[in-house]
Amino acid sequence: MTVPVEITINGKACAGEVEERQLLVHFIRENAGLTGTKVGCDTSQCGTCTVQLDGVSAKSCTVLTVQASGSSVTTIEGISDGVDLHPLQEAFWNNHGLQCGFCTPGMIMAASELLRNNPSPTREEIRHGLEGNICRCTGYQNIVSAVEDAAGKMGGR
Amino acid sequence: MTTRIFGSGIRRREDPRLITGRASYTDDIKLPGMLHAAILRSPYAHANIRSVDASGAAGQPGVVAVYTGEDTDGVLNGLPCAWLIPGSDLKTPAHPPVAKDKVRYVGDAVAVVVAESRYQAEDALEHIAVDYEPLDVVINPKAAAQDGAPQIHEDVPNNIAFTWALAGGDTDAAFADAAVTVGDTITLQRLIANPMEPRSALAQWSAATGELTLWNTSQNPHIARFLTCVVTGVPEHKIRVIAPEVGGGFGSKIPYYADEAITAFCSMKLGVPVKWTETRSENYLITTQGRDHIEEVEMAATSDGVITGLRTTVYAGLGGYLSTASPGVPTILHGLMYSGPYNIPNISGTVYGVFNNGCPVDAYRGAGRPEATTLIERLVDLVAAAVGQDPAEVRRKNLIPKFENGHDVATGITYDSGDYESALDSCLSAAGYEALRAEQAQARADGRCVGIGVSSYVEICGLGPSQVAGAVGFQGGLWESAIIRFYPTGKVNVMVGSSPHGQGEETTFAQIVAGEVGVDVDDVEVLHGDTDNTPMGWGTYGSRTTAVSGAAIAVAARKIKEKSRALAAHLLEAAPEDIEYEDGRFFVRGSPDQHKTIQDIALMANVAWNMPEGMEPGLEASAFYDPPNFTYPFGAHVAVVEVDPETGHIDLQRYVAVDDCGVQINPMIVEGQVHGGVVQGVGPALWEGAVYDDDGQLVTGSMLDYALPRADLLPEIEVHSNSTPSPHHPLGVKGIGEAGTIASTPTVYNAVMDALRPLGVTRVDMPLTPEKVWRAINDARNGG
Repeated sequence: MTVPVEITINGKACAGEVEERQLLVHFIRENAGLTGTKVGCDTSQCGTCTVQLDGVSAKSCTVLTVQASGSSVTTIEGISDGVDLHPLQEAFWNNHGLQCGFCTPGMIMAASELLRNNPSPTREEIRHGLEGNICRCTGYQNIVSAVEDAAGKMGGR
Repeated sequence: MTTRIFGSGIRRREDPRLITGRASYTDDIKLPGMLHAAILRSPYAHANIRSVDASGAAGQPGVVAVYTGEDTDGVLNGLPCAWLIPGSDLKTPAHPPVAKDKVRYVGDAVAVVVAESRYQAEDALEHIAVDYEPLDVVINPKAAAQDGAPQIHEDVPNNIAFTWALAGGDTDAAFADAAVTVGDTITLQRLIANPMEPRSALAQWSAATGELTLWNTSQNPHIARFLTCVVTGVPEHKIRVIAPEVGGGFGSKIPYYADEAITAFCSMKLGVPVKWTETRSENYLITTQGRDHIEEVEMAATSDGVITGLRTTVYAGLGGYLSTASPGVPTILHGLMYSGPYNIPNISGTVYGVFNNGCPVDAYRGAGRPEATTLIERLVDLVAAAVGQDPAEVRRKNLIPKFENGHDVATGITYDSGDYESALDSCLSAAGYEALRAEQAQARADGRCVGIGVSSYVEICGLGPSQVAGAVGFQGGLWESAIIRFYPTGKVNVMVGSSPHGQGEETTFAQIVAGEVGVDVDDVEVLHGDTDNTPMGWGTYGSRTTAVSGAAIAVAARKIKEKSRALAAHLLEAAPEDIEYEDGRFFVRGSPDQHKTIQDIALMANVAWNMPEGMEPGLEASAFYDPPNFTYPFGAHVAVVEVDPETGHIDLQRYVAVDDCGVQINPMIVEGQVHGGVVQGVGPALWEGAVYDDDGQLVTGSMLDYALPRADLLPEIEVHSNSTPSPHHPLGVKGIGEAGTIASTPTVYNAVMDALRPLGVTRVDMPLTPEKVWRAINDARNGG
């Protein structure tokens, strides 16, 4: 049993016939072919699949594609053209905020929402804001520094 | 103008593709006509298989094929163990990729479905009927070694896969004569490595050419090729293994798994590409775990706290089967490090490698050394308490004095260089140790439970001399190779056989080349991970990649430099001995204007219009580097905790690390490795542990149940470093990947035990969860 869906991903309309049970992360990866969004767990714990759904960060493994039909999704590929970087991307690079890079897209998408809600977070607030995203390489410290740096560059302080 | 970048913390060259979501990990790859595999796994930890009826799955939507052990039997060979430690009566029972007669842990593969989509493949698994005869289960490795325990492999009595013994000095005499002896039983619980990227394999078989291509989440693609050959029978030169972007490994992507072999089998049967990617829940069941030690340990000392002996008996759980490197981890990488950074003249140890009905155990970050460092550091603290001295002072009086070129310890190995007391001093000073102890005294007077943990450590890495590898039964070499190739435009490719997966060596290796021959770092591209375009190498683990591959690159770069000098001399019409080099330019001594840049040399060598007689064209060099010894990084760490005695909650308040990994090529990357390493060691001290119930079911079967460190649970790690170069390494480098993990578990454990000591608590098993700590406090109160 499939149903038609249409989701605007990074400003581009993506239509498809999908099973009702399909997870949004699989639509993004398989149907739209955008593999920057990752699958790191199956219990909504790790945050590697974080995207923005109608401007709010969401774990796309916990949303059905059909629920997102008619919505607008922004993935890591949509926050910059890959050449002129988003300030968070630049800050992750400058602060060594990544090692293997697998958690990074989700981390950046979660951090982006964090800074929208709190443009000048303390390091403690950044740590609390990112506790839904797991990184196994960095010990989080340089991720916190990156978000702090980006907040400064984005005018938060 | 060349940027001088060897030794500077330049940002990483691999990052742009990673921060933009443009990197390609194995599961991101799609091939035309690709099918998806899902593997049926045993729900029992120990059972005979009476029958497997896969007929129900065959007709399910999208299903293309279903295979069981009957199909793979005789086609796929057993999964080999590649570390056959000698003198240990090692048993190597068969490990079929798909179980046919018996399953030995929850997760053992029983059948595979190949379908058009992954959803369909997983759906169809439900239609395979397996009739199991459940058997008794054993999980605890000491219990598994006792008479009467359920026998997991028929030809392995008492489940003992090997017995490995170590003896240096006269330990019995040391204990008989000791004024002070202390002892404990330490459990180093099973850990799940949890790289963020789950494991994945994509196999593409071409019947026309007889070639198998395997994209695989591997830390060591050349070993994966070798073992794919062993298991599938496809000749090694017809196999191409590609480890594309790999999202962390921490040891769990070293082994060769059944899943890769099964995926290759499916592609070879069907003639189309087949992909398999584990779910996180599958990862928890089947991807090798770490530690699983029960350590019965004793230390002898004088009444003044001078250590005279160490004695251990260790039960090391192996899981249901031997994994690729598992016998070497609790023996060579563990027992040989029993002296730690101390003078311990008499050491003896016995390690029993024991099968149990859990997931196979293999290397996990630190691999054997955290298990050694934890027992040593725990015992040193017990000695300090027994003789009534400060733990830092007891360490200081037992540390091996500074040495620059070789020091033999009782376990029979030779450390390369060390300055352990300076590391301890640096750490105590950075932590403000005396002030911390004063604050602690005040806190205790105020009724608060504050603890300070100190540890000194030394580890063995840069694995290692191949002759030693052979002597200790490692079924491979441990050298590395590199090719440096200059193109006519002066741009450079470096090809290496190791396979970094987050450690940043695309940057540090470029820094080595830049430092040696003066090219800009941005003119160097490092290729790794693809067996078709890289020279043979043994992989990335054991903090060996910068140490061993880096050395190969330095040696190759020096060959480039010497050829360039000879060619420059020819072009400048001077004698080679009159050519000087500085910053990418070769010039006639005293006449810096008469020069050729490395780019000039690269162009001429490639067009070869004017070469000295007998010189080959091209500017390319390769090197095979087999290290003369291991490297021995070291350091000292301090942690401060406060325990709430009413709840058992532990607040890790400060963490100070001083590490000495020799010469640093990129200090930013070194610091990042320490951050991540420390946190991976804090996790098991406080939160992490894979728990199996008595039936062998994994209770901590998802990220909901297994408590990984999160950003809000951690203090800022205060990172400092000293630099004692390795005397035998071309660049003085030692390695830093595992240091943090090796040191932080005992440091945090000791801090908590220090906090609890005034309450009468003498021991608590890790992880130190609030419940266990609260119970220990209450037991002590009630007992006292």
